Amino acid sequence: MLRFLMRRTLGAVAILLVISAVTFFLFYAIPRNPALLACGKGVCTEEQLAIVEHNLGIDKAIPVQYWEYMVGIFAGRDFPAGHCPAPCLGFSFRDNRPVLDTIMDRLPTTVSLTIGGAVVFLILGLGLGMLAAARRGTLLDKTVSSTSLVLSSMQIYFLGPLALAVLVYNTGLLPQPSDASAFTEEPWEWFKGLLLPWLVLATIFTANYTRMSRATLIEQLQEDHVRTAKAKGMSRPTVFFRYAWRGSLIPIVTIFGIDLGALFGGAMITEVTFSLHGLGRLAVDSVTQSNLPMLMGVMLFAALMIVLFNIIIDACYALIDPRVRLG
Amino acid sequence: MTTTEEAASEPAAPFLSVRDLRVRFATEDGVVKAVDGLSFDVERGRTLGIVGESGSGKSVANQTVLGLHNPDNTTVTGEIHLDGEELTAAPERRMERLRGNKVAMIFQDPLTALSPYYTIGRQIAEPFRKHRGATRREARERAIEMLGKVGIPNPHRRVDDYPHQFSGGMRQRAMIAMALICNPDLLIADEPTTALDVTVQAQILDLLLDLQQEFGSAIIMITHDLGVVAQVSDDVLVMYAGRAVERGGVDDVLRRPQHPYTWGLLGAMPRLTGDVSQELVPIPGSPPSLLDPPAGCPFTPRCAFPEEVADPVSCAGDRPALPEGRGAACHLSAEQKRTFFVERIRPRLSQGRPN
Repeated sequence: MLRFLMRRTLGAVAILLVISAVTFFLFYAIPRNPALLACGKGVCTEEQLAIVEHNLGIDKAIPVQYWEYMVGIFAGRDFPAGHCPAPCLGFSFRDNRPVLDTIMDRLPTTVSLTIGGAVVFLILGLGLGMLAAARRGTLLDKTVSSTSLVLSSMQIYFLGPLALAVLVYNTGLLPQPSDASAFTEEPWEWFKGLLLPWLVLATIFTANYTRMSRATLIEQLQEDHVRTAKAKGMSRPTVFFRYAWRGSLIPIVTIFGIDLGALFGGAMITEVTFSLHGLGRLAVDSVTQSNLPMLMGVMLFAALMIVLFNIIIDACYALIDPRVRLG
Repeated sequence: MTTTEEAASEPAAPFLSVRDLRVRFATEDGVVKAVDGLSFDVERGRTLGIVGESGSGKSVANQTVLGLHNPDNTTVTGEIHLDGEELTAAPERRMERLRGNKVAMIFQDPLTALSPYYTIGRQIAEPFRKHRGATRREARERAIEMLGKVGIPNPHRRVDDYPHQFSGGMRQRAMIAMALICNPDLLIADEPTTALDVTVQAQILDLLLDLQQEFGSAIIMITHDLGVVAQVSDDVLVMYAGRAVERGGVDDVLRRPQHPYTWGLLGAMPRLTGDVSQELVPIPGSPPSLLDPPAGCPFTPRCAFPEEVADPVSCAGDRPALPEGRGAACHLSAEQKRTFFVERIRPRLSQGRPN
């Protein structure tokens, strides 16, 4: 286990290094000067521009900038705007705040959105999938299967505004989505504000999890060892859960880990649709504003989440399946 | 609760009696008549060998005895009496109490037939806990005892192993331990040695016979291997295309077979004692589709003898009945069955081939 973790951590660092380099150099491939944007196009003199460039730290050669950026993550850096302690992801071009502070500000919304949505789609998706598999071929199964097929081909930018129009603006059943309340301070307000985004985000995931869990369960129910369990007199629920369902866990855990990793990096479309201020929104804004340090920060955080959850998935395999050995 | 005393006081009716069993599957291509009017008996403590090609319905018929078929696409008619109790209409709860308790089953491939996620000991102990209400500890002790009985060395340690840590032969031994843990009156072994090495096959068969002596179970041995039948069976049922075509004691069927299909099976079987250069004689053709089986004897298209039958139309048009007791479902006369085998078939078998 320890060897596994060490090996995977080293691999994760390597991946993050590659991602950071690619992001960094791609940013400068965009024909846009962030200093010019900050200074004001047309009104900015050459001297002012040079000062802004120096303050932003983009007056040096690109590889040197990258090197300083990487050193900053491990050792901290000093900017004209002030000291940035390790792990330093730089200062935002827009508001001169450390990038890490902004990410930490936005994180609660992303975490709330992800966990709430995941709870909904895991329970609904796995539950409906099991129900459909257990009642295979019945009207219930056909209804669940066809509905989930339709819903899984939906998009949030369609479902989101539709749900907003119907549930919020027309009927007033739900309040306007908001991430203004913290779970720790006003849990009820927090819940009400995020309920609609959770439901909309979870709808498409639910449909996919229903389909996947139904398909893998049906496959597992035809396994020889499931027949053996039945042949030795195990009850239907035991056969279903202890034998068939257990076997369907590996694909479910795999997809769930990947989805969770991606969602912790920010749900861009959902956040923009419901005017929430999470990491997804931050990523979109930092691209449109040519805010390199912010973009780098969000990208690295999202990549870290994906890599982290991949390690967690692999560790889960060893828990689920005794044939899997880590090492 | 059924106890052995209660069972012993029953009259001499066969322990398992299957009458006119028909099993049909609805498939996309149509209705498959997997078992089409099958009748057989199994006596307490005896072994019935059921022989036939793949798809002859031998596995399906026996899984139906335990109610393991999928009720959504399967129609079962006929009667199955186990110890006097009718099973085709028995409720699922009742079947659950029988399975693994009074009737147990061993499957062909011990690799896939055990769950990879639980220890051998837990899987063996499960039916004992369920049917006997044993505690976890009692069931574990019993599982260790059973592992010892089926010849697993160090059962105390191996009980906590997972199936992937066992070899193929050991896995099949574990399956047998699982099947016998509740001391069943009937053990259905569905090709238990097919997936194993030849040397291991013999060990597993010996083990089954030893355990039968100890536990007194009746055994149904499903196989396509006449060698296995010869080694373990008291009685033999030969199946073809969902029907029984010949039945009798093991010596009768193997030494004086009456049905042309059984003759074919014997000719297609290699013999260790025979000449190495001896060619095997395959049965020409392949079994008929069970989607739309022929009206008459299903073996007619592959049979060498239809023109010998007194009324040649009867083979293609008339389904021969299998008599009760010793006999074969064939239109040849009793005299023909005897002389054809002695004069035409036996010389081709290993004993007396000239070159």
